[in-house]
Amino acid sequence: MSEGWNKMSDQGQEMDAYNFAYLDEQTKRMIRRAILKALAVPGYQVPFASREMPMPYGWGTGGVQVSAATLTPEDTFKVIDQGADDTTNAVSIRRFFERTAGVATTDETAQASVIQTRHRIPETPLTEDQILVYQVPIPEPLRFLEPSEVETRKMHSLEEYGLMHVKLYEDISRHGEIATSYAYPVKVEGRYVMDPSPIPKFDNPKLSDCPAIQLFGAGREQRIYALPPYTRVVSLDFEDHPFIPSKADHACDLCASRDSYLDEVITDDAGGRMFVCSDTDYCRTRRASATPGLNSPDMTEACS
Amino acid sequence: MYVAVKGGEAAIDNAHAWLAEERRGDVAVADLSVDQIREQLGLAVNRVMSEGSLYDAGLAALAIKQARGDMIEAIFLIRAYRTTLPRFGASRPVDTGEMLCDRRISATFKDVPGGQLLGPTFDYTHRLLNFRLAADGEAPEAPQADCGADSVPHVTGFLNREGLIQTEEDDAQDPPDLTREPMELPASRALRLQALTRADEGFVLGLAYSTQRGYARNHAFVGELRIGAVTVEMDIPELGFAIEIGEITLTECETVNQFTGSRTEPAQFTRGYGLVFGQTERKAISMALVDRALRWKELGEEDQGAPAQDEEFVLMHADNIQATGFLEHIKLPHYVDFQSELELVRRLRAETGAALSEAAK
Repeated sequence: MSEGWNKMSDQGQEMDAYNFAYLDEQTKRMIRRAILKALAVPGYQVPFASREMPMPYGWGTGGVQVSAATLTPEDTFKVIDQGADDTTNAVSIRRFFERTAGVATTDETAQASVIQTRHRIPETPLTEDQILVYQVPIPEPLRFLEPSEVETRKMHSLEEYGLMHVKLYEDISRHGEIATSYAYPVKVEGRYVMDPSPIPKFDNPKLSDCPAIQLFGAGREQRIYALPPYTRVVSLDFEDHPFIPSKADHACDLCASRDSYLDEVITDDAGGRMFVCSDTDYCRTRRASATPGLNSPDMTEACS
Repeated sequence: MYVAVKGGEAAIDNAHAWLAEERRGDVAVADLSVDQIREQLGLAVNRVMSEGSLYDAGLAALAIKQARGDMIEAIFLIRAYRTTLPRFGASRPVDTGEMLCDRRISATFKDVPGGQLLGPTFDYTHRLLNFRLAADGEAPEAPQADCGADSVPHVTGFLNREGLIQTEEDDAQDPPDLTREPMELPASRALRLQALTRADEGFVLGLAYSTQRGYARNHAFVGELRIGAVTVEMDIPELGFAIEIGEITLTECETVNQFTGSRTEPAQFTRGYGLVFGQTERKAISMALVDRALRWKELGEEDQGAPAQDEEFVLMHADNIQATGFLEHIKLPHYVDFQSELELVRRLRAETGAALSEAAK
């Protein structure tokens, strides 16, 4: 057991030795069992004995525990929040694993073997050599239709999803379309309705038939669920109201991509705005390899 | 021009450096020692130990210092530390009947064997600011007396002799461990009590108060409230017998509740139970009231739809570390989700606008 231990220093003070990737091996074993069960029953929420982590519940503790149980010393780790490596919480989580696991980290999607994400799926297609770990706030897709966990678990076991279809139908009758733009519910291999975490519905098609392993960790709610590689994932819709992934109808003002999800950035108080890729690595890679006309020098700071 | 989120790393470091400086405050004022907190802010230390689920006054005092007096932050520090500690084993159940009481009162009997013992309580103090504490501090000394019996019997035991109060049966099950297994509902009473003893004091107090005001009213008498030290014993496999490994202070509250009987139960009094680390009597009494409210099903009472009767509502929202984390996470960036909502609202508005102008023609 001792070989995995390393020194962790925090805020200038030398702390006691923690195990590789912080969690003790017994806890990792418990989490790995939950992950294996989740992979065996795609889309099913497996209860697990989530631990208190040294960061708050709701700030990625589920994803962090799944990553900790997944990482090996040889892994290269990437963390994104809102698609970006530089957002403060992504920085904080990446540092946590730099300190506690000493793993190599990267901003490049293609270089990473484990990617922890909040709210996005990278634009660069994932491969069979990669694991995508999602941070999940509310794992239960039926939660806002039925607040009781006892009831929703029953509904899943009976495959009773009528309530969800009624909700989507009511959206259409009220608004003319399904008024869910993120955390859009999906059905996994024709069985479990699953919450894909609060990714924009633009990302939903990437969930399906993905070569990478996708793991979902909800720490506070004590649930892990998973999509094994090449799982069929269908966004819920109706024949006459098919699912449409949507994004801002613009090109990226930095890399000119028309295919990536865009953040809208307010640039002044006179209505000025620009649209930039939410996936900062994707945007930077495109700008490095091409010379789109829109790329002006004073804008290159933005995503670099 | 647009300045993106780059720079997060330096911003975090600087923010934490500023935090450290603010925590220390004016350096012309003497630094507060952990010993001072432990000795002079003992009730704060007790709350951190009980909601942090770790009986260590020194660490709790350190956490309070580090957290700048933010109790939930201090509890969080203790929980995050606790979860890394290895488990050597489990103690034997402590015997609160053998407690050496500093305080022991009953509201149901004027006098009881062993007597009423007020102990170090705020009760009956007049809440007037004592400006002498600000001027020079003091080292007051209380009068001394010989203590009577080593231990005193539980008050509810007297009622039980007549069968007037329901007997608590030992279900002979090992209690589950909330910190090692995921919460499963419906929960056993052992699990409920475990969740309540580490639950947020304010949340449990509010729920208990709501039962007093009629949301699942079940009038509670404090049958007994006792505070004192109990010994903790543990079986040592190598020795083949149990040895004392330490002593902890606990607050225990047993309420006696009216119960007129139901189809399944004869009329008798029922109990609510609270047991909390340290001198934490507000919490222990609150816990007992909520415990009693949650027992409605077992006692064949009516579901009044009150929050304190709803096991899932109580247990899923009582933990302040879970609650504060999730509440505060809305400070994190959500611009991807917000962007998708922006587009949806714009699209819906455009469609409505088109429909309206169509109708105007």
